[in-house]
Amino acid sequence: MTIQTLLWLLPLPPLLAFALIILVTNRWKALSHTLAIGAAALSWLGSMFICWTVFRLDGLAEHPIGSTIQWLPTGADSWLSIGTRIDPLAAVTLFFVAWTVLFIFIYSVGYHNFGQPQGDHDRAGLPPEGATLKGKGHHRVPSIEPMYSRFFAFISLFAFAMYTLVVSDNLLTLYIGWEIMGLCSYLLIGFWYGKKSARDAAVKAFLTTRVGDVFMLLGLVGLYKAAGTLSYAGIFGNEEMLHTLATTGSGILGLSQAGLFGLLLFIGTVGKSAQFPLHVWLPDAMEGPTPVSAMIHAATMVSAGVYLSIRIFPLVSQSETALLVMSIIGAFTALFAATIALAQNDIKRVLAYSTISQLGYMIAALGVGAYVAAAFHLVTHAFFKALLFLGSGSVIHGMEHGVLHTGEHVDPQDMLNMGGLRVKMPITFWTFLIGGFALSGFPLVTAGFWSKDEILSGAFAGGHWVVFATLAVSALLTAFYTMRQITLTFLGQPRTKAAAHAHETPLTMTLPLMVLSFFAITAGWVGIPKAFPVLGGLINPWFEEFVGSMLPAHGEAAEAGHSLVPLFTSLVVALGGLYLGWLVYSKVKAGAKDPFARALPGLHRVLQNKYYIDEFYQRAFIRPARWVAEEFSYRIIDRGLIDGILHGIAGGGLGLGRFTRDQVDLPVWNHFVEWLMARVPALGRVLKGVQTGRVQQYMVIAIAIAVVVGVLFVYFFVLA
Amino acid sequence: MIPLSWYLIFAAALFCIGLFGVLARKNAVAILMGVELMLNAVNINLVAFWRYLYAPDLAGLTFVAIVLVAAAAETAVGLALIISVYRRRSTVVVDDLSLMKG
Repeated sequence: MTIQTLLWLLPLPPLLAFALIILVTNRWKALSHTLAIGAAALSWLGSMFICWTVFRLDGLAEHPIGSTIQWLPTGADSWLSIGTRIDPLAAVTLFFVAWTVLFIFIYSVGYHNFGQPQGDHDRAGLPPEGATLKGKGHHRVPSIEPMYSRFFAFISLFAFAMYTLVVSDNLLTLYIGWEIMGLCSYLLIGFWYGKKSARDAAVKAFLTTRVGDVFMLLGLVGLYKAAGTLSYAGIFGNEEMLHTLATTGSGILGLSQAGLFGLLLFIGTVGKSAQFPLHVWLPDAMEGPTPVSAMIHAATMVSAGVYLSIRIFPLVSQSETALLVMSIIGAFTALFAATIALAQNDIKRVLAYSTISQLGYMIAALGVGAYVAAAFHLVTHAFFKALLFLGSGSVIHGMEHGVLHTGEHVDPQDMLNMGGLRVKMPITFWTFLIGGFALSGFPLVTAGFWSKDEILSGAFAGGHWVVFATLAVSALLTAFYTMRQITLTFLGQPRTKAAAHAHETPLTMTLPLMVLSFFAITAGWVGIPKAFPVLGGLINPWFEEFVGSMLPAHGEAAEAGHSLVPLFTSLVVALGGLYLGWLVYSKVKAGAKDPFARALPGLHRVLQNKYYIDEFYQRAFIRPARWVAEEFSYRIIDRGLIDGILHGIAGGGLGLGRFTRDQVDLPVWNHFVEWLMARVPALGRVLKGVQTGRVQQYMVIAIAIAVVVGVLFVYFFVLA
Repeated sequence: MIPLSWYLIFAAALFCIGLFGVLARKNAVAILMGVELMLNAVNINLVAFWRYLYAPDLAGLTFVAIVLVAAAAETAVGLALIISVYRRRSTVVVDDLSLMKG
């Protein structure tokens, strides 16, 4: 099978699994997860084959592999084409998508307690609450998720959409995959729809990302109108087209067309990748099951936003303004989200904010022109963030076990209730440590160090001092809150009985952790810059050349030489942050407050409440929208205007009726009508039987009459 | 190439499934889904006839696009009505909604 064919087939297995699970196998849990994992494994195999082939090709960027078909006619003989394509950027994305998706599927088996008994009082739409084992006294154990099959169906659909997005060769099919993922995100955040908080979070995520998507659609339409195509090759790979777009004014804010459409598409990224000011949905999305948080809200879907931004970089980079906007939003988000993460106690929320912060890093990297660094951080981040989320799920799972075992009522997600878990959950601890160190950019060994270092040196070499400083400070904060998390969760003594009785999770959960932690270390080695002291050149910096070849004039920033200032900075912030985090949090006793809250209560409260942005949106947008619906649309327009017109017509009719009654009816027709009226009730009694009020019976009658009339019509007019 | 009649038979089958749903289901949401199936069956007919008889003239496709937009709008209004009915009467079973009974 050629790679061209394989690319078309790549997204299909998960789609088939989705259809089969929904339609056929949803009663059989084991069969459902076998189908889903089997499909994910097939796609993984195909992806690995493709990656293995194309990673060794030279000049892939100039001659990407792919094929197109004509999809929709748009005129006498012009067609809208869609197709698949693999180029260096798509290849590296495909690589991490395939790995993370497959292992998150496997992890879900353990996370949803496969093999455990049915719960005592579990209901569909609520998280499983545990089952009592009979025989061994009063022993409570975790119970299997009631809607197990449904979960695998949804994540299969999600995997299909992500693969579609990665292999597509144009912005239209990318957008289709993008929107299907939006739907899956909604369905999976609201997976436990019995909880009001989950329902609200699902709606919030859907609406917030929709704001970005509408702008993105505007950008797509505008770009299509201006360029006449949406394919990557036709726009981003076409110097002439880029030049035309860059020199034609758009008539809005003095932007060129390239700048305007680039920014509109970028707003799509802002929504999908949770950048300020559309970041509010992502922390709430943690209401979903943890594998969902890992897959959608860390490794794949939010990466899709950054992937789009990297894709459109040739377009965006035509406009200085657009680049400036990107670097401001990215750098601000990176810092802003990192500060909020300092004061969160929920283990998953800390990670959610760190995701927002790291995505901001990538956007800022693009804004300063560090194209390769952004792609590099995208890949390494996908691995270590998926690892961290799955690790946190494992921790929560272990804590839930302890909670069920001891019967103690504590929140299994609150880090202040944990402590000392390194003894109880050694595999989770070591893998989480690797993930956490990668996130904070622990020098030399972890992947995060290399990609972060590259972003910092990109900003430094380009002379973007403000961006550099902001990113350095947020890197410090990142290391700090990561160490806070590790210290509170795993080190010290257990702070609750539940934590003391926590339990290591099954192999289906720990195996993905181990595999992902392998990549959290090694994924960085392909991008060690040549100019790096001592280590540089030991391993070929393959990533730089491979992905960098996507840009015609690539590597200006990187080739300015590897200065020691950013390297020194990243060393200091990573180690300093980690040390400070350990110093402050290693002595937190059971029941004690967060030391940060004791030292700076005011600031802590502001951060814990996320700068009150949710409250602000509530007042600024949601309440006015409700007010408009309630007061304006309903009372004024609907009740006042439309009902007013209706009542006016009715009143007019009434007046007319009175007139005819008094002048015509009473004097003239009275006797005749009275005679008639005496017979109407009888008729009414007969006809009453027809009006049953049941809409479907009306339909039957309507169809019967239509058939009879149709037959008569054909008989008398067509045949005659 | 697949003959035109296959598409027409498929569309007819889909239409009948939709019609059955509209007539036999009790849940208003399911009835709405039946209506959607019927609309899509018509769409398949339109596209099939367009493809076999009128391509590449765009009129047929445009017509389908209009039907799709109308269907989306109809679904939005229909669902809003169903939600509104549900809030007032706590049911979406159409047999229970017989206020208009004579």
